[in-house]
Amino acid sequence: MTATSSNGKSRIGFSLLLIVLAAIGTVGVLALWQNIQNRKVEARQTVFKVVDVDETTVDPAIWGKNFPHQYDAYLRTAESGKTRYGGSEAMPMSKLEADPRLKTIFAGYAFAIDYRERRGHAYMLEDQRLTDRVLLKPQPGACLHCHASNTVVYREAGLKAGAPGAITDSVQSASGVAQLMKGWESINPIPYAEATKLVTHPVACIDCHDPKTMQLRVTRPGFMNGIQALAMSDAPTPHLPSIESWRKGDRKRPYDANVDASRQEMRSMACAQCHVEYYFKGDAKLLTYPWHNGLKVEQIEKYYDDQGFKDWTHAISGAPVLKAQHPEFETWSQGVHARAGVSCADCHMPYQREGAVKVSSHQVRSPLLNIAASCQTCHRVSETELRDRVTTIQDRTAALLARAEIANVEVIQAIKAAKDAGATDDQLKAARALQRKGQFRTDFVNAENSMGFHAPQETARVLGEAIDYCRQGELEVAKLGAAGIPKAVSAATPTPAAPAAPK
Amino acid sequence: MPRVRAIALPSLIGCVLAVVIGALIGAGGHTFVTANGTAYLSNNPEACVNCHVMREHFDAWQHSSHERVAVCNDCHVPQDTIGKYFAKAEHGWRHSKAFTLQNFAEPIRITSDDLKIVQDNCVRCHQAMVDQMHISPTGERAECVHCHQTVGHSQMR
Repeated sequence: MTATSSNGKSRIGFSLLLIVLAAIGTVGVLALWQNIQNRKVEARQTVFKVVDVDETTVDPAIWGKNFPHQYDAYLRTAESGKTRYGGSEAMPMSKLEADPRLKTIFAGYAFAIDYRERRGHAYMLEDQRLTDRVLLKPQPGACLHCHASNTVVYREAGLKAGAPGAITDSVQSASGVAQLMKGWESINPIPYAEATKLVTHPVACIDCHDPKTMQLRVTRPGFMNGIQALAMSDAPTPHLPSIESWRKGDRKRPYDANVDASRQEMRSMACAQCHVEYYFKGDAKLLTYPWHNGLKVEQIEKYYDDQGFKDWTHAISGAPVLKAQHPEFETWSQGVHARAGVSCADCHMPYQREGAVKVSSHQVRSPLLNIAASCQTCHRVSETELRDRVTTIQDRTAALLARAEIANVEVIQAIKAAKDAGATDDQLKAARALQRKGQFRTDFVNAENSMGFHAPQETARVLGEAIDYCRQGELEVAKLGAAGIPKAVSAATPTPAAPAAPK
Repeated sequence: MPRVRAIALPSLIGCVLAVVIGALIGAGGHTFVTANGTAYLSNNPEACVNCHVMREHFDAWQHSSHERVAVCNDCHVPQDTIGKYFAKAEHGWRHSKAFTLQNFAEPIRITSDDLKIVQDNCVRCHQAMVDQMHISPTGERAECVHCHQTVGHSQMR
């Protein structure tokens, strides 16, 4: 009796245990089912439209309601992330303090006042408003072209100035382009302090995306004109096949990136709207990309020479010199990645998985901060090996760049010494022209944001030429010394200290 | 009265047990079907993109040189019956666990065991060509895909 009872009890106990286990199992299975359903929904519906966006929606937060993944990442461009060369910090360090040679190289120019490392996209407008280059030296409205979301501002100004169509027309339409161009031309020459009141946001969704289809587009007038000029030139562009095929056509209408470029090309051209060399042409301060002969440094220099353009007269040497501005697109164009069809976005905005969806990361940043997503998609070697390769390239470039800067400083000193000793402008013309060449090449690398990585061999070639031109300039001065200008040479060339390795 | 209770309790438990186990079987079956569980027993490459992670590999395979002659299973599982289903079970467990928990490293890489399976399958078809090729003097094998990494599904552009 007791045995049966305890047997019955243990059977009941066993059954209860089974019930609990089966219940837990069912909960688990249902949880799995829900997980599978979630992934399926994610894969099916990548966009959930909650608000309407159109050609007047500037605020990225509104776009962000429809595209939360992209918007979240876009906001994270405010995060800091340090790499060996460059990076993004709270108040970026002054390049002038780190490298006093730059004070001599940029003497007499705004870059000798304030020149810092770069920060993320989120800060582009704030940093421009705060730099002493703008606060102490009045700058034109043309600067806004690349530091704000200005597509709508330009178009509104264009409409006021009499451009055809309505603000709701697509930017890519004929009237849209006309509004953009007209407004841009009217804002370029007004003072920066006035122009910056027109804008609220740094570069935003509308500047690179069509609000209807979300496809990539270019909206920057300077780029639209620049890429047309490049297409009209005969410089080979094997990395931009749509330009080469446009050239083979009837050329009845100008090259238009929004019509002619492939999606993969647009993934570079969207960035090339701003990450390029430029200058302000004439009193209209017409922002111009100097691509009329091609994208290489000497082709750009030839354009400036033909225009008789100088950025400023060097305060120490009196040479008519040029300042290069972040020529990332131009440098990338000479590199192996461009030639292999790898776009800016492939490395700087790599695909990242969010559940079952792949999203191009809108946290635009150095690939070194995410080697797995940026590099290892193609390069099947370890992160350490990849980082080492990049470090090797950048360290070599930095060492060569330091030598080029020393050569720059020394040609400046040589010219100054000759000038002080009584050499005439005419006598110094050749040396100053060589300083201009060496200066532009050095700066073409220094201002570029990859420390040589975008095109290592091309960068080394440019720096090699820079050093050569600066030293040739010193030789020109030395010839004057030999011809009877006293004391010009001896002070000019102290033995250069070995360039310090960067920390 | 006590007799009635003694009979009622076990049968009540029995009923609950039946319902709960039934629910488990039902939920499990439903989940298996909605997740296309049977597809994994097939040879159809579509099964491998069920969980979306392999979409790029699948797309790339469709443009590859092997698209007309080999499906996923021809390269990625052994060809004998036991080895095949063992590999499928092992891959299935590992992949579904990773995808459900979303805790895998990207870009995804083939494991060294699975690389051996691929190598065996390369040789299976290309035996006549590579007979003397892939054995080094020390007996080490050179992996075909070390160099020919684009033949199956290259995502390189």
